[in-house]
Amino acid sequence: MTIDAIKNGIVIDHIKAGRAMEIYEALGLADLDCSVAIIKNVVSKKSARKDIIKIDADIPVNLAVLGYIDPDITINIIKDGRVAEKKHIELPKKIYGILRCKNPRCITTVEQELPQIFKLTDPEKRTYRCIYCESKVK
Amino acid sequence: MRSLIDILELSVEEIDELIATANGIMADPHKYSEKCSGKKLATLFFEPSTRTRLSFEAAMYELGGHVIGFSSANNSSASKGESVADTAKTVSCYADIIAMRHPKEGAPLVAAMNASVPVINAGDGGHNHPTQTLADLITIFKEKGRFNDLTIGFCGDLKFGRTVHSLIQALSRYNNIKFILISPEELRLPDYIIRDTLEKKELKYIETTSLETAMPELDVLYMTRVQRERFFSEEEYLRLKDSYILDTDKLSNAKKDLCIMHPLPRVNEISVSVDDDPRACYFKQVLYGKYMRMALIMKLLGV
Repeated sequence: MTIDAIKNGIVIDHIKAGRAMEIYEALGLADLDCSVAIIKNVVSKKSARKDIIKIDADIPVNLAVLGYIDPDITINIIKDGRVAEKKHIELPKKIYGILRCKNPRCITTVEQELPQIFKLTDPEKRTYRCIYCESKVK
Repeated sequence: MRSLIDILELSVEEIDELIATANGIMADPHKYSEKCSGKKLATLFFEPSTRTRLSFEAAMYELGGHVIGFSSANNSSASKGESVADTAKTVSCYADIIAMRHPKEGAPLVAAMNASVPVINAGDGGHNHPTQTLADLITIFKEKGRFNDLTIGFCGDLKFGRTVHSLIQALSRYNNIKFILISPEELRLPDYIIRDTLEKKELKYIETTSLETAMPELDVLYMTRVQRERFFSEEEYLRLKDSYILDTDKLSNAKKDLCIMHPLPRVNEISVSVDDDPRACYFKQVLYGKYMRMALIMKLLGV
């Protein structure tokens, strides 16, 4: 199967197999006008199977979202058909506006305009907690 | 400008300093009687409380300051739908420091993020209650003379008991503390405190359902009330409320210098007959709490 190489854009590589759609949704790629290719179950050298997303435009990517979903992802910025930059992702220390606290006792459940902020409390277990009530993200 | 939302925001050294200040006030209250002259404390209590609110108010009056505020959400703009952030910004224009109690977890943090004066968390739902922890810590220190090498029993509602959670976290920073966690199965200490505090710091702890078995080993017994307001179901509350009642019989095999504590109010979990026992420290705990709040107000106001 062949997918055209992109000239200027972004390749999100080494996505754990099966998680490409989650990233597609989280980054809001459905709203883009440019071509976006989702390639699933590619045989990889690093891991048995991986997904890849190719975006045919140089858009700003929310690294915090990617880091939360899968910190093993790599991002290749393509310029003039070549890899101009490779970015490795880390677990973000804080996540803004992506998750919602589900604790019914949390202040955010009654004041819904409050910014939803989660902090990384255990990098090993990738545990995030609401900054207000400290409930763990499930 | 600094606030106090969670007890762990205070270092062990800062807690020692507050205890030293509180001891100083107890020794010579007159010396501190004008420390907050001209300052105003706003007590914003969105949930009913007798002890904590009066303790804050008494603390401020004894420091020579003034108090403004409200004692239930119905008497505040919250009943008109005002946000916590707006309330905090508004009250910052009137007061030099805020003490806030709110039924929703995290509300005092929201206030601190928006206020231009220090905010003290006076209890947010089942989450944090750092000034109660300060009262608990000074009581242990005054009665036992140390924080290290103690066996401390927590009994009753360990699931929703915010005072228990905060005190365990605060004590976890001292050496050779053993925790005995006595509760019905349904009201066990939450897993995240066991995992993230006790196990992570490799602290000794035992979970049991028997107060009698644990009693002989204890240096401190921290009793708690099963709180009706933390339950969504009345049936569940009624089933668990009388799980543990401390009476003189149960104390028969306790240490002679046991320190019995309770954050109060009690309902029936400590029999009134225990009040005359010299080991009952829960009313002293109330008094110490006021002095710790005085010390904290001074610290946050920088006076």
